[in-house]
Amino acid sequence: MSEKIDVWEVFIQSKNGLPHKHAGSVHATDKEMALQNARDLYTRRKEGSSIWVVKTTDIVASQAEDGDSFFDPSDDKVYRHPTFYTMPDGAKNI
Amino acid sequence: MRQISYVLKHNLINLQYKFYKMTEEYFQERIDAEKKIEPKDWMPDDYRKHLIRQISQHAHSEVIGMQPEGNWITRAPSLRSKMILLAKIQDEAGHGLYLYSACETLGVSREELVQQLHDGKAKYSSIFNYPTLNWADMGAVGWLVDGAAIVNQVSLQRTSYGPYSRGMIRICKEESFHQRQGYEIMATMAAGTTQQKQMAQDALNRLWWPSIMMFGPHDANSPRSGNALKWKIKRQTNDELRQSFIDKTVQQAELIGLTIPDPELKWNEEKGHYDFGEIDWDEFWRVVKGNGPCNKQRLDHHKKAHSEGSWVRNAALAYQKKLELVTA
Amino acid sequence: MSNLLNYTLRVADNALILGQRMSQWCSNGPTLEEDIAMVNISLDLFGQANGFYEYASSIDGNKSADDFAFLRSEREYFNNLIVEQKNGHFGDTIVRNFLFDVYAVLFYTKLGQGKDRTLAALGSKSLKEAEYHLRHSSNWLIRLGDGTEESNEKVQKSLNDIWMFTGNLFEMDTLDSEMLIAGIGVDNTALKSDWDKKVNEVLGEAKLTRPEDAYMQTGSKKGIHSEHLGHLLSEMQYLQRTHPNAKW
Repeated sequence: MSEKIDVWEVFIQSKNGLPHKHAGSVHATDKEMALQNARDLYTRRKEGSSIWVVKTTDIVASQAEDGDSFFDPSDDKVYRHPTFYTMPDGAKNI
Repeated sequence: MRQISYVLKHNLINLQYKFYKMTEEYFQERIDAEKKIEPKDWMPDDYRKHLIRQISQHAHSEVIGMQPEGNWITRAPSLRSKMILLAKIQDEAGHGLYLYSACETLGVSREELVQQLHDGKAKYSSIFNYPTLNWADMGAVGWLVDGAAIVNQVSLQRTSYGPYSRGMIRICKEESFHQRQGYEIMATMAAGTTQQKQMAQDALNRLWWPSIMMFGPHDANSPRSGNALKWKIKRQTNDELRQSFIDKTVQQAELIGLTIPDPELKWNEEKGHYDFGEIDWDEFWRVVKGNGPCNKQRLDHHKKAHSEGSWVRNAALAYQKKLELVTA
Repeated sequence: MSNLLNYTLRVADNALILGQRMSQWCSNGPTLEEDIAMVNISLDLFGQANGFYEYASSIDGNKSADDFAFLRSEREYFNNLIVEQKNGHFGDTIVRNFLFDVYAVLFYTKLGQGKDRTLAALGSKSLKEAEYHLRHSSNWLIRLGDGTEESNEKVQKSLNDIWMFTGNLFEMDTLDSEMLIAGIGVDNTALKSDWDKKVNEVLGEAKLTRPEDAYMQTGSKKGIHSEHLGHLLSEMQYLQRTHPNAKW
């Protein structure tokens, strides 16, 4: 068993205006076949108006261990939150 | 000096926290708090192995399951029933793909999983080692086998591993039409000609016990159940799921005038459940271990299709290399 | 039987027979993705067949769509010869489908512009699916033709073997001519040059040699078929024939 076929991640936009959502993956040897396979697998019930396929190896992801330094610093910087400031009475639209 | 020691302390705390997150204790905390485990999260090796085994065997089951039903596609007796059966089998292939996809996030390739299936290292649901002998089997399979699968799968939607859970949610959405399709066939035949009714009862007689065997052994005899429940891979016991299925299904059979082939089946008012006969565990283990009616046939079929397709896959891979040379 | 009924049956039969052939690929595909793709195609084709048979049923006023699909004898089906040819290996199927798909796209386009509103509507609907099928078969033909030496040899042979069934697609008999004059039917002969153009284009990209036009098989319009059709039908019709009064 020698041949390994590339894995592609599939993103489906279910309706015009909505963001593309990750649906899963397909195997395919090139982008045309990836699109075709994605369409056959993930839009059988007309779940999509647009499909994106990306080779899994091309996806860059944050590491789970990065979590704290990557995302946490903002948690202890209270001054970013709007409730921190007192507004003068009567001020509107702010 | 104070600033430096503050920074050092901060970094040390971060580091300790990082290591803590790679412990079973932290992992179990998250499980207990109903958090989802995602592909990049640290997980115990046994959890990963258990999942790979469970998800891949689930995937293999969907794919092998295409064979007993595929057996009747060319003989489907009406345009409508042919299209419905095709759509159902197509869904099953799709479910296999969702599950292989979820399994691959654990660091194993589909090719390796298929090799395990071919080598007999991975199993698939034993129900598919039974033959489909008349058209009513299409009804029985949809009604009972998919019915049993639904009971199991609804429960699995809440499984702890994220990609598996999301795959199961997708699958459950598609599954309910499968059971309805099967039940409709049974109902139509049970209300049809004498021969049709006989075929329907015959299918039920042959497939009832194998269907309730799908839920596996009693939990006391199921070695992996303990961990599966602790890690919330599995959310209910085998016996609970089996009872739930039987309770739902008896009434459905009665409604269409078919008899479940279990003389000990009886409503237990006190328990609020049906009492039922003991499964033939000799048959159960015999089939699991490879001596069912269709074990060899199913695997040979899968291997044959795979090997006959080798030149096609190689051609596609060769073409891919040519494309890459052009765009490089 | 009226002209309109007969003509509708011809179109329906192509979809039915090719649909039946494609359904035989279930659980036999070279990849799981292709299994889905081919069953998808089969489903489309049966949907098309169903639409046309329902129309035939309403024209006839008596027989049902299933009666037309399941209860005619071998000499009463009018599909083109190419669609009843066996699946063989994946390459045989792709070549057969490709040659037919190019025709189907051209045919449905014209049918969709015809004067019979139902046939035109069915034609337009089927066209979308036929275009997708053509994309599938031509993509694969290119990958098999321009893949490995082995795959190229295999599909070149498939092409050589099936070529003699292509001429049948462009025949015009009395029924075809009358339907054309009525503004309903399609001029098959006029489709040939576009068919040639598309086929040559894809064969070129697939590094395949177009076979010489030699003797072309014929007879489908009179219900004279290859021996394959009989076997296909006996399997397909088995339950309906065995249980004549049953409802399914």
